[in-house]
Amino acid sequence: MTTAQATGSAATAGAADAGAAMIELQGVHKWYGKFHVLKDINLRVGKGERIVICGPSGSGKSTMIRCINRLEEHQRGRIVIDGVELTGDVKNIEKVRREVGMVFQHFNLFPHLTILENCALAPMWVRKTPRKRAEEEAMQYLERVRIPEQALKYPGQLSGGQQQRVAIARSLCMCPKVMLFDEPTSALDPEMIKEVLDVMVGLAESGMTMLCVTHEMGFAKTVADRVIFMDGGEIIEENDPEAFFSNPQQDRTKLFLSQILNH
Amino acid sequence: MATFRPHADLPPPATSSGALGWVRQNLFDSPVNGAMTLLALYLLYLAVPPLVDWALIKADWSGSRSEDCSKAGACWVFIGVRLNQFLYGFYPVAEQWRVNLTIALLVAFVLPLFIKRFVLKQWLGAALLVVYPIVAYHLLVGGSFGLVHVETSKWGGLFLTLVIAVVGMVAALPLGILLALGRRAENMPVLKALCVAFIELWRGVPLITVLFMSSVMLPFFLPEDMSFDKLLRALIGVALFESAYMAEVVRGGLQGIPKGQYEAADALGLGYWRATVLVILPQALKLVIPGIVNTFIALFKDTSLVLIIGLFDLLGSIQAANSDTNWLGFSIEGYVFAACVYWVFCFGMSRYSQWLEAKLHTGHKR
Ligand SMILES: Nc1ncnc2c1ncn2[C@@H]1O[C@H](COP(=O)(O)OP(=O)(O)OP(=O)(O)O)[C@@H](O)[C@H]1O
Ligand SMILES: [Mg+2]
Repeated sequence: MTTAQATGSAATAGAADAGAAMIELQGVHKWYGKFHVLKDINLRVGKGERIVICGPSGSGKSTMIRCINRLEEHQRGRIVIDGVELTGDVKNIEKVRREVGMVFQHFNLFPHLTILENCALAPMWVRKTPRKRAEEEAMQYLERVRIPEQALKYPGQLSGGQQQRVAIARSLCMCPKVMLFDEPTSALDPEMIKEVLDVMVGLAESGMTMLCVTHEMGFAKTVADRVIFMDGGEIIEENDPEAFFSNPQQDRTKLFLSQILNH
Repeated sequence: MATFRPHADLPPPATSSGALGWVRQNLFDSPVNGAMTLLALYLLYLAVPPLVDWALIKADWSGSRSEDCSKAGACWVFIGVRLNQFLYGFYPVAEQWRVNLTIALLVAFVLPLFIKRFVLKQWLGAALLVVYPIVAYHLLVGGSFGLVHVETSKWGGLFLTLVIAVVGMVAALPLGILLALGRRAENMPVLKALCVAFIELWRGVPLITVLFMSSVMLPFFLPEDMSFDKLLRALIGVALFESAYMAEVVRGGLQGIPKGQYEAADALGLGYWRATVLVILPQALKLVIPGIVNTFIALFKDTSLVLIIGLFDLLGSIQAANSDTNWLGFSIEGYVFAACVYWVFCFGMSRYSQWLEAKLHTGHKR
């Protein structure tokens, strides 16, 4: 806990002068038609930093992290991932997507492929890893998320928690530099949330750069270096978890926290 | 203190108690159902015995002339005498082994693909798509490798039906897939408009018109010395026509794929073509197997329309035999034979699609 905080505040403090950031959003705006979803988002994430994003429904959390791997297009501002700027250039987009893993609320496993094939698919076809090696590596990641015995089953035969762990393993198989999570546990039954969170905590401990939209405040307290609160398409408040939860600065943050902590 | 004892696993209850139980449960479980059952039995009683009587019991099976027919029932002698023509058209008898060999080769190429443990499937599949058509072309048309040239105007019967159907299917599926993908390319408006125009144009015209145009009108527009084979023109017409239908079937499948699948594929960096080929199409095509097979079956039966431009497929050659003055009055036997042959092929396709669907089923959705 204390070390996490220490590195967290160090990263925050040194953000301005640290070397190349892993993720950099500068003055990002986005509209859906006339609807202004993202308003002047500025965010800098250093290597190995763990960020938790929270905020009420419709505040633009998903939209923001989906802009980071260009599942959504931003219309103004700059987004730079590990030195590569996201523009209309398809080459750059694919380059960024290779280095950025994403885990979705509804898992989105490929139902026509076995668990092992799901995991080995992208390494084989994008990284050109030979099938045998791709499958060996996939098995290693499946062991890491503790379901190697399911490797030959199909996604439809697994529980939600198991599917989400496979989805994490599938992303990890590409050896990404950044992992994005969009409410990875909110479609799961309480019993399964823990097994997924455990895997995510393990991942955080291994030094992965993570951006995680979640309302699991326990998770935020244990692993986050910084917590970001969004509302109405803006970043309202940003702080290390200790300060964020014990001493929120903005009224809206206080209201939100009282709602989710007391429900 | 009570301890929880798990219940031992029991076998599932027996679902039916013998044949009689089944009959009672399924055929006579209510007055209405019972009445329906009796009505159906009565209708079967009216229809089946006379049919069996005509087609089997009172039928003539042996002989070689129309005088051998007793006229009491069906006279299958007619079919027997003309069978060669029904199968091969006017393909020279001495060269018919080439047709048989072509079909045998097709079976030899395709069968191993169904063997689970066969390891060289990709290579065999590629050979089937690349090598086989060339071999088949040279075998059937001839004029090379010491084989006599057989003009396509001599092709006919079931053989011609199969040629048109197989070429039509093999061409229509990939073309249809490309058209469907093009129609969904929102970020390429010109391509999309072209695909929409193509699909709507071909779907809006009857196949007969297409065949007429290809055989009668096209030569007007082409330069004098450019003579296109009539069969080739019909093949192109059928393939393009069916590809428009196929495109709409495939598009239905593409629409059934959840957005999350596209997003997951994109997020992994697969890119458009790899995402489409590896993730989207396998699921979309599986979803629309019934529709694809439906189109194939319709195509198979539509091939009989080439009769209109003077190609003698199975139905055409039977039609021709019907007007033989030595064999007047046996058209019913001819049509029944044609119906049976078409039915066997179409039913085969239907069963195959059901087997395929079951095989590709991978557990519950999501
Ligand atoms: N494709 C779209 N077209 C139009 N509006 C959209 C679209 N996607 C999202 N929105 C709107 O943008 C806003 C932000 O959506 P977003 O999904 O980013 O919210 P969120 O913070 O992730 O909410 P939740 O916690 O419910 O997931 C919402 O008001 C939503 O209605
Ligand atoms: Mg969301």
